[in-house]
Amino acid sequence: MLATDLIYSFAGVALFALGLRAALLHRTLLGRVLSINICGAGIFLVFVALAYRGHDLAPDAVPHALVLTGIVVAVSATALALALGRRLHEAGDE
Amino acid sequence: MVVHLWNLLDLVLAGLVVALGWSAVASSDLKRGVVLFIAFGLLLAIIWARLNAPDLALAEAAIGAGLSGALLLAALRDEPASVGDTGFTQGPVAWATAVFSLVVAVSFAWALLHAHAAGDPIRLADEVIAHLEQSGVSNPVTAVLLNYRAYDTLLELAVLLAAVLGIMAVGPARPTYKPAGPLFGALVTWLVPLLIVTGGYLLWVGAHAPGGAFQAGALLAAAAVLLRLGGYPGAGLPGSLVQRWLLVSGVGVFITVGLLVTVEGRAFLQYSHGWSGMLILLIEIAATLAIATTLALAYIGGRALSSQHDRPEQ
Repeated sequence: MLATDLIYSFAGVALFALGLRAALLHRTLLGRVLSINICGAGIFLVFVALAYRGHDLAPDAVPHALVLTGIVVAVSATALALALGRRLHEAGDE
Repeated sequence: MVVHLWNLLDLVLAGLVVALGWSAVASSDLKRGVVLFIAFGLLLAIIWARLNAPDLALAEAAIGAGLSGALLLAALRDEPASVGDTGFTQGPVAWATAVFSLVVAVSFAWALLHAHAAGDPIRLADEVIAHLEQSGVSNPVTAVLLNYRAYDTLLELAVLLAAVLGIMAVGPARPTYKPAGPLFGALVTWLVPLLIVTGGYLLWVGAHAPGGAFQAGALLAAAAVLLRLGGYPGAGLPGSLVQRWLLVSGVGVFITVGLLVTVEGRAFLQYSHGWSGMLILLIEIAATLAIATTLALAYIGGRALSSQHDRPEQ
Protein backbone atom coordinates (compact mmCIF):
# COMPACT_ATOMS: atom_id res chain seq x y z
CA MET A 1 0.00 0.00 0.00
CA LEU A 2 1.35 3.40 -0.89
CA ALA A 3 1.90 6.06 1.74
CA THR A 4 1.15 8.68 -0.92
CA ASP A 5 -2.43 7.43 -1.21
CA LEU A 6 -2.88 7.62 2.53
CA ILE A 7 -1.45 11.11 2.95
CA TYR A 8 -3.51 12.68 0.18
CA SER A 9 -6.76 10.88 0.93
CA PHE A 10 -6.57 11.98 4.57
CA ALA A 11 -5.91 15.53 3.37
CA GLY A 12 -9.03 15.19 1.21
CA VAL A 13 -11.07 14.03 4.20
CA ALA A 14 -9.80 16.98 6.25
CA LEU A 15 -10.72 19.42 3.48
CA PHE A 16 -14.19 17.89 3.20
CA ALA A 17 -14.84 18.22 6.91
CA LEU A 18 -13.48 21.78 7.07
CA GLY A 19 -15.59 22.79 4.06
CA LEU A 20 -18.68 21.14 5.57
CA ARG A 21 -18.29 22.99 8.87
CA ALA A 22 -17.74 26.32 7.10
CA ALA A 23 -20.69 25.73 4.74
CA LEU A 24 -22.99 25.24 7.73
CA LEU A 25 -21.68 28.25 9.62
CA HIS A 26 -21.25 30.98 6.99
CA ARG A 27 -24.02 33.52 6.87
CA THR A 28 -23.73 34.72 3.27
CA LEU A 29 -24.41 32.73 0.10
CA LEU A 30 -20.95 33.53 -1.25
CA GLY A 31 -19.31 32.07 1.86
CA ARG A 32 -21.35 28.90 1.59
CA VAL A 33 -20.59 28.49 -2.13
CA LEU A 34 -16.89 28.94 -1.37
CA SER A 35 -17.02 26.30 1.37
CA ILE A 36 -18.86 23.78 -0.79
CA ASN A 37 -16.20 24.25 -3.46
CA ILE A 38 -13.60 23.35 -0.82
CA CYS A 39 -15.67 20.24 0.05
CA GLY A 40 -15.67 19.28 -3.61
CA ALA A 41 -11.92 19.76 -3.86
CA GLY A 42 -11.50 17.42 -0.88
CA ILE A 43 -13.54 14.70 -2.58
CA PHE A 44 -11.53 15.11 -5.80
CA LEU A 45 -8.35 14.74 -3.77
CA VAL A 46 -9.60 11.41 -2.37
CA PHE A 47 -10.46 10.17 -5.88
CA VAL A 48 -7.13 11.10 -7.43
CA ALA A 49 -5.17 9.76 -4.45
CA LEU A 50 -6.87 6.40 -4.91
CA ALA A 51 -6.13 6.51 -8.66
CA TYR A 52 -2.38 6.90 -8.06
CA ARG A 53 -0.52 3.65 -8.56
CA GLY A 54 3.07 4.65 -7.92
CA HIS A 55 6.00 5.92 -9.95
CA ASP A 56 6.20 2.98 -12.37
CA LEU A 57 2.62 2.20 -13.27
CA ALA A 58 0.43 4.59 -15.27
CA PRO A 59 -2.32 6.04 -13.10
CA ASP A 60 -5.91 4.81 -13.30
CA ALA A 61 -7.58 6.98 -15.96
CA VAL A 62 -11.19 6.33 -14.96
CA PRO A 63 -11.17 8.34 -11.67
CA HIS A 64 -9.26 11.08 -13.51
CA ALA A 65 -12.06 11.37 -16.06
CA LEU A 66 -14.66 11.41 -13.27
CA VAL A 67 -12.82 14.21 -11.45
CA LEU A 68 -12.45 16.22 -14.68
CA THR A 69 -16.20 15.98 -15.17
CA GLY A 70 -16.62 16.96 -11.53
CA ILE A 71 -14.45 20.07 -11.84
CA VAL A 72 -16.43 21.35 -14.82
CA VAL A 73 -19.82 20.61 -13.24
CA ALA A 74 -18.68 22.28 -10.01
CA VAL A 75 -17.80 25.52 -11.77
CA SER A 76 -21.09 25.61 -13.66
CA ALA A 77 -23.06 24.94 -10.47
CA THR A 78 -21.08 27.69 -8.73
CA ALA A 79 -21.89 30.10 -11.56
CA LEU A 80 -25.61 29.29 -11.38
CA ALA A 81 -25.66 29.62 -7.58
CA LEU A 82 -23.94 33.00 -7.76
CA ALA A 83 -26.36 34.24 -10.45
CA LEU A 84 -29.33 33.17 -8.33
CA GLY A 85 -27.76 34.81 -5.29
CA ARG A 86 -27.32 38.05 -7.17
CA ARG A 87 -30.97 37.99 -8.24
CA LEU A 88 -32.09 37.31 -4.66
CA HIS A 89 -29.91 40.15 -3.43
CA GLU A 90 -31.45 42.52 -5.97
CA ALA A 91 -34.92 41.38 -5.00
CA GLY A 92 -34.15 42.34 -1.41
CA ASP A 93 -33.76 38.85 0.09
CA GLU A 94 -30.62 36.86 0.96
CA MET B 1 3.16 0.16 3.50
CA VAL B 2 5.46 1.49 0.79
CA VAL B 3 7.09 4.73 1.90
CA HIS B 4 9.21 6.78 -0.48
CA LEU B 5 11.45 9.80 -0.09
CA TRP B 6 8.88 11.75 -2.14
CA ASN B 7 6.46 11.32 0.74
CA LEU B 8 8.27 14.09 2.61
CA LEU B 9 7.23 16.47 -0.15
CA ASP B 10 3.76 14.93 -0.04
CA LEU B 11 3.43 15.69 3.66
CA VAL B 12 4.39 19.31 3.03
CA LEU B 13 1.98 19.67 0.09
CA ALA B 14 -0.88 17.97 1.89
CA GLY B 15 -0.34 20.08 5.00
CA LEU B 16 -0.19 23.27 2.93
CA VAL B 17 -3.36 22.49 0.99
CA VAL B 18 -5.32 21.75 4.15
CA ALA B 19 -4.00 24.94 5.76
CA LEU B 20 -4.94 27.01 2.70
CA GLY B 21 -8.39 25.42 2.53
CA TRP B 22 -8.93 26.12 6.21
CA SER B 23 -7.82 29.74 5.98
CA ALA B 24 -9.96 30.35 2.90
CA VAL B 25 -13.15 29.59 4.80
CA ALA B 26 -12.20 30.24 8.41
CA SER B 27 -12.45 34.00 8.34
CA SER B 28 -15.67 35.78 7.57
CA ASP B 29 -13.83 38.33 5.44
CA LEU B 30 -14.83 36.96 2.06
CA LYS B 31 -12.48 39.02 -0.07
CA ARG B 32 -9.57 37.40 1.74
CA GLY B 33 -11.30 34.05 1.44
CA VAL B 34 -11.69 34.28 -2.33
CA VAL B 35 -8.06 35.25 -2.90
CA LEU B 36 -6.91 32.38 -0.69
CA PHE B 37 -9.27 30.08 -2.62
CA ILE B 38 -7.48 30.98 -5.87
CA ALA B 39 -4.14 30.15 -4.25
CA PHE B 40 -5.68 26.92 -2.95
CA GLY B 41 -6.72 26.00 -6.50
CA LEU B 42 -3.22 26.55 -7.82
CA LEU B 43 -1.68 24.42 -5.08
CA LEU B 44 -4.22 21.73 -5.87
CA ALA B 45 -3.09 21.88 -9.52
CA ILE B 46 0.48 21.24 -8.37
CA ILE B 47 -0.75 18.26 -6.33
CA TRP B 48 -2.53 16.85 -9.38
CA ALA B 49 0.73 17.11 -11.30
CA ARG B 50 2.51 15.31 -8.46
CA LEU B 51 -0.10 12.51 -8.59
CA ASN B 52 0.49 11.88 -12.33
CA ALA B 53 -2.70 13.65 -13.39
CA PRO B 54 -1.53 16.32 -15.89
CA ASP B 55 -4.96 16.63 -17.56
CA LEU B 56 -6.45 17.43 -14.18
CA ALA B 57 -3.66 19.88 -13.37
CA LEU B 58 -4.43 21.83 -16.56
CA ALA B 59 -8.17 21.76 -15.89
CA GLU B 60 -7.83 22.71 -12.22
CA ALA B 61 -5.53 25.65 -12.94
CA ALA B 62 -7.79 26.96 -15.72
CA ILE B 63 -11.24 26.13 -14.37
CA GLY B 64 -10.91 25.36 -10.67
CA ALA B 65 -8.60 28.20 -9.71
CA GLY B 66 -8.93 30.60 -12.65
CA LEU B 67 -12.56 30.67 -13.70
CA SER B 68 -14.02 29.84 -10.29
CA GLY B 69 -11.88 32.58 -8.76
CA ALA B 70 -12.96 35.06 -11.43
CA LEU B 71 -16.63 34.18 -10.85
CA LEU B 72 -16.30 34.58 -7.09
CA LEU B 73 -14.52 37.92 -7.48
CA ALA B 74 -17.27 39.13 -9.83
CA ALA B 75 -19.85 38.01 -7.26
CA LEU B 76 -18.02 39.99 -4.57
CA ARG B 77 -18.29 43.03 -6.78
CA ASP B 78 -22.06 42.42 -7.16
CA GLU B 79 -22.71 42.37 -3.45
CA PRO B 80 -20.43 44.80 -1.63
CA ALA B 81 -22.18 43.88 1.61
CA SER B 82 -20.31 40.58 1.48
CA VAL B 83 -17.00 42.36 1.75
CA GLY B 84 -15.87 42.94 5.29
CA ASP B 85 -16.98 41.18 8.41
CA THR B 86 -20.22 39.33 7.80
CA GLY B 87 -19.89 37.08 10.79
CA PHE B 88 -20.28 33.38 11.40
CA THR B 89 -23.07 31.76 13.31
CA GLN B 90 -21.83 31.69 16.89
CA GLY B 91 -22.68 29.91 20.08
CA PRO B 92 -23.75 26.31 20.76
CA VAL B 93 -24.81 25.79 17.13
CA ALA B 94 -21.23 26.46 16.05
CA TRP B 95 -19.90 23.90 18.53
CA ALA B 96 -22.47 21.30 17.47
CA THR B 97 -21.51 21.84 13.83
CA ALA B 98 -17.83 21.43 14.63
CA VAL B 99 -18.51 18.17 16.47
CA PHE B 100 -20.68 16.94 13.59
CA SER B 101 -17.93 17.69 11.05
CA LEU B 102 -15.42 15.92 13.25
CA VAL B 103 -17.64 12.82 13.41
CA VAL B 104 -18.05 12.89 9.61
CA ALA B 105 -14.28 13.24 9.14
CA VAL B 106 -13.46 10.41 11.53
CA SER B 107 -15.93 7.99 9.96
CA PHE B 108 -14.75 8.90 6.45
CA ALA B 109 -11.11 8.41 7.47
CA TRP B 110 -11.93 5.10 9.16
CA ALA B 111 -13.63 3.86 5.98
CA LEU B 112 -10.63 4.94 3.90
CA LEU B 113 -8.23 3.19 6.25
CA HIS B 114 -10.20 -0.03 5.84
CA ALA B 115 -10.22 0.43 2.09
CA HIS B 116 -6.45 0.82 2.10
CA ALA B 117 -5.94 -2.20 4.32
CA ALA B 118 -8.18 -4.33 2.13
CA GLY B 119 -5.48 -4.56 -0.52
CA ASP B 120 -5.51 -3.96 -4.26
CA PRO B 121 -8.89 -2.86 -5.56
CA ILE B 122 -10.54 -4.12 -8.74
CA ARG B 123 -9.55 -1.52 -11.32
CA LEU B 124 -10.52 -0.81 -14.90
CA ALA B 125 -7.15 0.84 -15.53
CA ASP B 126 -5.56 -2.10 -17.33
CA GLU B 127 -8.60 -2.67 -19.52
CA VAL B 128 -8.55 1.01 -20.49
CA ILE B 129 -4.94 0.70 -21.62
CA ALA B 130 -5.50 -2.65 -23.31
CA HIS B 131 -8.21 -1.29 -25.61
CA LEU B 132 -6.52 2.06 -26.24
CA GLU B 133 -5.58 1.42 -29.89
CA GLN B 134 -9.19 0.70 -30.82
CA SER B 135 -10.44 3.80 -29.06
CA GLY B 136 -9.09 6.24 -31.65
CA VAL B 137 -6.94 8.31 -29.27
CA SER B 138 -3.81 7.53 -27.28
CA ASN B 139 -4.46 9.69 -24.21
CA PRO B 140 -6.25 7.36 -21.76
CA VAL B 141 -8.20 10.16 -20.05
CA THR B 142 -9.55 11.40 -23.41
CA ALA B 143 -10.37 7.81 -24.34
CA VAL B 144 -12.37 7.36 -21.12
CA LEU B 145 -14.12 10.72 -21.48
CA LEU B 146 -15.04 10.58 -25.14
CA ASN B 147 -15.19 6.90 -25.96
CA TYR B 148 -15.65 4.48 -23.07
CA ARG B 149 -17.76 6.88 -20.98
CA ALA B 150 -18.96 9.16 -23.76
CA TYR B 151 -22.51 9.06 -22.43
CA ASP B 152 -21.38 10.62 -19.13
CA THR B 153 -19.67 13.44 -21.04
CA LEU B 154 -22.81 14.00 -23.07
CA LEU B 155 -24.81 14.39 -19.87
CA GLU B 156 -22.13 16.68 -18.47
CA LEU B 157 -22.47 18.97 -21.50
CA ALA B 158 -26.23 18.91 -20.94
CA VAL B 159 -25.66 20.00 -17.31
CA LEU B 160 -23.50 22.90 -18.57
CA LEU B 161 -26.26 23.89 -20.98
CA ALA B 162 -28.85 23.77 -18.20
CA ALA B 163 -26.66 25.95 -15.97
CA VAL B 164 -26.11 28.59 -18.63
CA LEU B 165 -29.82 28.63 -19.49
CA GLY B 166 -30.53 29.22 -15.82
CA ILE B 167 -27.97 32.03 -15.65
CA MET B 168 -29.36 33.71 -18.74
CA ALA B 169 -32.95 33.35 -17.61
CA VAL B 170 -32.36 34.82 -14.19
CA GLY B 171 -31.36 38.34 -15.11
CA PRO B 172 -29.32 40.82 -17.11
CA ALA B 173 -25.57 40.87 -17.43
CA ARG B 174 -23.29 42.19 -14.71
CA PRO B 175 -22.17 45.83 -15.02
CA THR B 176 -19.29 46.39 -17.40
CA TYR B 177 -15.82 47.69 -16.65
CA LYS B 178 -14.30 50.92 -17.92
CA PRO B 179 -11.96 50.65 -20.95
CA ALA B 180 -8.46 49.42 -20.11
CA GLY B 181 -5.58 51.82 -19.61
CA PRO B 182 -2.42 51.55 -21.74
CA LEU B 183 -0.68 48.92 -19.61
CA PHE B 184 -3.61 46.57 -19.15
CA GLY B 185 -4.70 47.20 -22.75
CA ALA B 186 -1.31 46.04 -23.98
CA LEU B 187 -1.55 42.93 -21.81
CA VAL B 188 -4.98 42.12 -23.25
CA THR B 189 -3.69 42.68 -26.79
CA TRP B 190 -0.87 40.20 -26.20
CA LEU B 191 -2.64 37.59 -24.10
CA VAL B 192 -5.93 37.09 -25.96
CA PRO B 193 -4.44 35.82 -29.27
CA LEU B 194 -1.97 33.69 -27.30
CA LEU B 195 -4.83 32.15 -25.30
CA ILE B 196 -6.82 31.40 -28.44
CA VAL B 197 -3.88 29.72 -30.15
CA THR B 198 -2.98 27.74 -27.01
CA GLY B 199 -6.61 26.69 -26.67
CA GLY B 200 -6.62 25.39 -30.21
CA TYR B 201 -3.36 23.57 -29.55
CA LEU B 202 -4.68 21.91 -26.39
CA LEU B 203 -7.77 20.76 -28.28
CA TRP B 204 -5.64 19.13 -30.97
CA VAL B 205 -3.02 17.63 -28.69
CA GLY B 206 -5.61 16.16 -26.32
CA ALA B 207 -5.79 13.07 -28.48
CA HIS B 208 -2.26 11.93 -27.64
CA ALA B 209 -1.01 14.08 -24.74
CA PRO B 210 -2.54 15.86 -21.73
CA GLY B 211 -5.15 18.29 -22.96
CA GLY B 212 -8.57 18.07 -24.51
CA ALA B 213 -11.85 19.86 -25.02
CA PHE B 214 -12.42 21.04 -21.45
CA GLN B 215 -9.01 22.61 -20.99
CA ALA B 216 -9.20 24.26 -24.43
CA GLY B 217 -12.69 25.60 -23.73
CA ALA B 218 -11.51 26.99 -20.41
CA LEU B 219 -8.64 28.86 -22.08
CA LEU B 220 -10.99 30.42 -24.61
CA ALA B 221 -13.31 31.42 -21.77
CA ALA B 222 -10.31 32.96 -20.01
CA ALA B 223 -9.69 35.07 -23.11
CA ALA B 224 -13.31 36.23 -22.95
CA VAL B 225 -12.92 37.11 -19.24
CA LEU B 226 -9.81 39.15 -20.07
CA LEU B 227 -11.65 41.01 -22.81
CA ARG B 228 -14.52 41.77 -20.45
CA LEU B 229 -12.15 43.05 -17.78
CA GLY B 230 -10.46 45.17 -20.44
CA GLY B 231 -13.70 47.01 -21.08
CA TYR B 232 -15.26 45.13 -23.99
CA PRO B 233 -18.86 44.49 -22.88
CA GLY B 234 -19.41 41.72 -25.42
CA ALA B 235 -16.28 39.89 -24.21
CA GLY B 236 -15.39 39.01 -27.78
CA LEU B 237 -18.40 36.72 -28.12
CA PRO B 238 -20.37 36.71 -31.39
CA GLY B 239 -23.93 38.04 -31.66
CA SER B 240 -26.68 36.46 -29.60
CA LEU B 241 -28.05 34.21 -32.35
CA VAL B 242 -24.61 32.69 -33.02
CA GLN B 243 -24.10 32.35 -29.28
CA ARG B 244 -27.24 30.25 -28.96
CA TRP B 245 -26.12 27.98 -31.78
CA LEU B 246 -22.70 27.58 -30.16
CA LEU B 247 -24.25 26.74 -26.80
CA VAL B 248 -26.50 24.10 -28.29
CA SER B 249 -23.83 22.68 -30.61
CA GLY B 250 -21.97 20.92 -27.80
CA VAL B 251 -24.86 18.64 -26.91
CA GLY B 252 -26.27 18.77 -30.45
CA VAL B 253 -23.21 17.49 -32.30
CA PHE B 254 -22.71 14.81 -29.65
CA ILE B 255 -26.26 13.48 -30.01
CA THR B 256 -26.15 13.76 -33.81
CA VAL B 257 -22.93 11.74 -34.02
CA GLY B 258 -24.34 9.23 -31.57
CA LEU B 259 -27.50 8.80 -33.62
CA LEU B 260 -25.74 8.71 -37.00
CA VAL B 261 -23.58 5.73 -36.01
CA THR B 262 -26.74 3.77 -35.20
CA VAL B 263 -27.54 3.77 -38.94
CA GLU B 264 -25.23 0.75 -39.35
CA GLY B 265 -27.10 -1.13 -36.66
CA ARG B 266 -24.72 -0.16 -33.82
CA ALA B 267 -25.69 1.09 -30.40
CA PHE B 268 -26.02 4.81 -29.60
CA LEU B 269 -22.51 6.36 -29.52
CA GLN B 270 -20.83 3.11 -30.54
CA TYR B 271 -18.32 4.60 -32.98
CA SER B 272 -17.57 2.73 -36.22
CA HIS B 273 -14.17 1.06 -36.56
CA GLY B 274 -11.48 3.36 -37.89
CA TRP B 275 -13.71 6.40 -37.53
CA SER B 276 -13.36 6.81 -33.76
CA GLY B 277 -10.50 9.34 -33.92
CA MET B 278 -12.29 11.58 -36.40
CA LEU B 279 -15.62 11.41 -34.61
CA ILE B 280 -13.97 12.19 -31.25
CA LEU B 281 -12.22 15.20 -32.79
CA LEU B 282 -15.50 16.44 -34.28
CA ILE B 283 -17.28 16.12 -30.95
CA GLU B 284 -14.39 17.81 -29.14
CA ILE B 285 -14.42 20.83 -31.47
CA ALA B 286 -18.12 21.41 -30.88
CA ALA B 287 -17.68 20.78 -27.14
CA THR B 288 -14.79 23.27 -26.89
CA LEU B 289 -16.82 26.05 -28.48
CA ALA B 290 -19.85 25.23 -26.35
CA ILE B 291 -17.82 25.12 -23.11
CA ALA B 292 -16.05 28.38 -23.96
CA THR B 293 -19.33 30.17 -24.70
CA THR B 294 -20.97 28.70 -21.59
CA LEU B 295 -18.20 29.76 -19.22
CA ALA B 296 -17.91 33.20 -20.84
CA LEU B 297 -21.66 33.76 -20.48
CA ALA B 298 -21.48 32.53 -16.90
CA TYR B 299 -18.86 35.19 -16.20
CA ILE B 300 -20.85 37.89 -17.99
CA GLY B 301 -23.66 36.90 -15.69
CA GLY B 302 -26.73 36.95 -17.88
CA ARG B 303 -28.35 38.24 -21.00
CA ALA B 304 -26.51 41.26 -22.34
CA LEU B 305 -28.70 44.24 -23.11
CA SER B 306 -28.85 44.86 -26.87
CA SER B 307 -27.01 48.16 -26.53
CA GLN B 308 -24.04 46.29 -25.12
CA HIS B 309 -23.44 44.16 -28.21
CA ASP B 310 -21.13 44.93 -31.07
CA ARG B 311 -23.78 43.71 -33.46
CA PRO B 312 -27.51 44.50 -33.21
CA GLU B 313 -29.89 41.83 -31.83
CA GLN B 314 -31.38 39.55 -34.46
